[in-house]
Amino acid sequence: MSIPMTQTGSDSAARARQLRSLKAGDTAFYWATRLAAYAVLLLLGGIIISLIIGAWPALKAYGVDFLTTQRWAPSAQPAPILGGLSPIYGTLVSSFIAMLIAVPVGLGIAIFLTELCPPALRRPIGMAVELLAGIPSIIYGMWGFFVLGPFLANTFQPWVIARCAGIPILQDIFAGPASNLSLFNASLILAIMVLPFITAIAKDVFETVPPVLKEAAYGIGCTTWEVVKNVVIPYTRVGVIGGVMLALGRALGETMAVTFVIGNSFKISESIFAPATTISSAIASEFAESDGLHQSGLILLGLLLFVLTFFVLSAARLMLMRLEIKAGK
Amino acid sequence: MNLKFSSLVSTAVAASVIMAATVPVQAADITGAGATFPFPIYSKWADAYKKETGNGLNYQSIGSGAGIKQIQAKTVTFGATDAPLTADDLKKSGLVQWPMVMGGIVPVVNLEGVKPGELVLDGSTLADIYLGKIKTWDDAAIKKLNASVKLPSTPITVVRRSDGSGTTFNFTDYLAKVSADWKAKPGVGTAVEWPVGVGAKGNDGVAGNVGQTKNSIGYVEYAYAKQNKLTHADMINAAGKRVSPTTPSFQAAAANADWANAPGYYQILTNQKGDGSWPITAATFILMYGEPADKAAATEALKFFGWAFDKGDKMAEELDYIPMPKPVVELIKKTWGSDIKSK
Repeated sequence: MSIPMTQTGSDSAARARQLRSLKAGDTAFYWATRLAAYAVLLLLGGIIISLIIGAWPALKAYGVDFLTTQRWAPSAQPAPILGGLSPIYGTLVSSFIAMLIAVPVGLGIAIFLTELCPPALRRPIGMAVELLAGIPSIIYGMWGFFVLGPFLANTFQPWVIARCAGIPILQDIFAGPASNLSLFNASLILAIMVLPFITAIAKDVFETVPPVLKEAAYGIGCTTWEVVKNVVIPYTRVGVIGGVMLALGRALGETMAVTFVIGNSFKISESIFAPATTISSAIASEFAESDGLHQSGLILLGLLLFVLTFFVLSAARLMLMRLEIKAGK
Repeated sequence: MNLKFSSLVSTAVAASVIMAATVPVQAADITGAGATFPFPIYSKWADAYKKETGNGLNYQSIGSGAGIKQIQAKTVTFGATDAPLTADDLKKSGLVQWPMVMGGIVPVVNLEGVKPGELVLDGSTLADIYLGKIKTWDDAAIKKLNASVKLPSTPITVVRRSDGSGTTFNFTDYLAKVSADWKAKPGVGTAVEWPVGVGAKGNDGVAGNVGQTKNSIGYVEYAYAKQNKLTHADMINAAGKRVSPTTPSFQAAAANADWANAPGYYQILTNQKGDGSWPITAATFILMYGEPADKAAATEALKFFGWAFDKGDKMAEELDYIPMPKPVVELIKKTWGSDIKSK
């Protein structure tokens, strides 16, 4: 009797040991994953702090004037005169024009794919759009430089300039001389680059529309256009806006492709056919050769971009979250 | 959001990891970084040197300023710069500097019907174009110099560097010497406040841009103009004579330099006197520590430079660079012996 007892005793001890080791493993796993997650927070904090430290000299030297000064003269004597207005302007305007083009086209593709497309075409078109997202940005830059740029400068821009001459406002926005590298060229490239983001997200959210709603609408005699306008878009509005914001976040920060085609000129021009610069292309062009206050000014630009993108992405997350809550109900 | 290209991304990552792993690592490679201006000749020398000795050169053409920073950070064995450091700066940082090779910077244009060397410009006209004062090709100042050339009335698209650059340093140094207005406002530097124009990255970026854009003007190192088959313009030099960018005209400018009496070989070769001198000639410099941290690497680097001075002249001339004159080379070799403690 005693022998089986001890046996059960040692059994339970072994079991306890095994359970303990399992528990230890679980705790280790918990901490490992927890540390990994915290590392991201730490990294984010570290980046913000080092950006602020790096930008401090420029922040102290220029203060709020940095946001309103257009002049960018790193080699001015005795001290560099730096203003971030033109790269900030270029960043916002190029992204804005890109969204102006990409949102209608992207939504159009998504609507076609979810509502109208014959099933046989759905996959090839969907994949083609997603492949666009897989193309490295430098390839877009080269294509913009060698193919799109000359076409715009030699064919498209002169045509538009001639059509708009004499029309108030338009003749200033579309003023010559035609240029290979321009704000407009950069905006077009950005539009192509963010298109897959908009399409992919819009397609996913359009698919969340309950078929019964659409069928009911079709049942009372709605056309496809009316179904899209009155059922699909209102139902998914928040999600679509979230997707658009994510795309905007990408457009704001895109560097290489834009550096290739924007012309890197620190001048705010009324014409979108004139060269301009963006925050990220200014940093990419000048950082290697900068030092002292000039470098600090570039880091300050980086900090501004960080803040800008952060707000855009937070807004996007917030909207997507609201959509999920709504979908969960 | 469920984007299906994530698998595509991971495949790409895996592929790049595999590629990185298969690139052979060679311990004997000499590392250097800096100016883009001499990159074509350094890479040609490096190829020939590797064939002869088995030792490679890893030269990153990241720009003069970045080259100076890299050597100061001691991440490379030598730095290369087009804008020489002054003797004071050299002393402060413990660096030794010498000129490696010379070359010419040429204005290049893209004008329909205009062939290489047909157009001629003088310094003040070139400065006024880059200042934005001369806006169209049929401006009186350009017409006066080019009575026989048919010039369009189209606006001039000015192309310049967007990145900091030694080529820009020499170009703006020349413009400041010939134009008081240029000296007062944009001034001289590796990156200046350009009044007009589009910015392109690197010599090849400017060359590509001028090649692409009708009615444009840019400035590049001569080898880039030639390789890209661009239309160069002739210049009126300090003596008032018309010169073409050729080896003899670069050499004529270089012959003026008094290397022996220049501490740290600090010489800027723009706007030199002499009937045959090309006005925008430049030397490019190498920087190394007087007391290098890695003595073996420094010895290897000096071996390479010695080899380039002894056997590289013909290759340099093939690419339209100007080799350093023999007496200067002897002087430089003496400097190595006395100033660089590589053994």
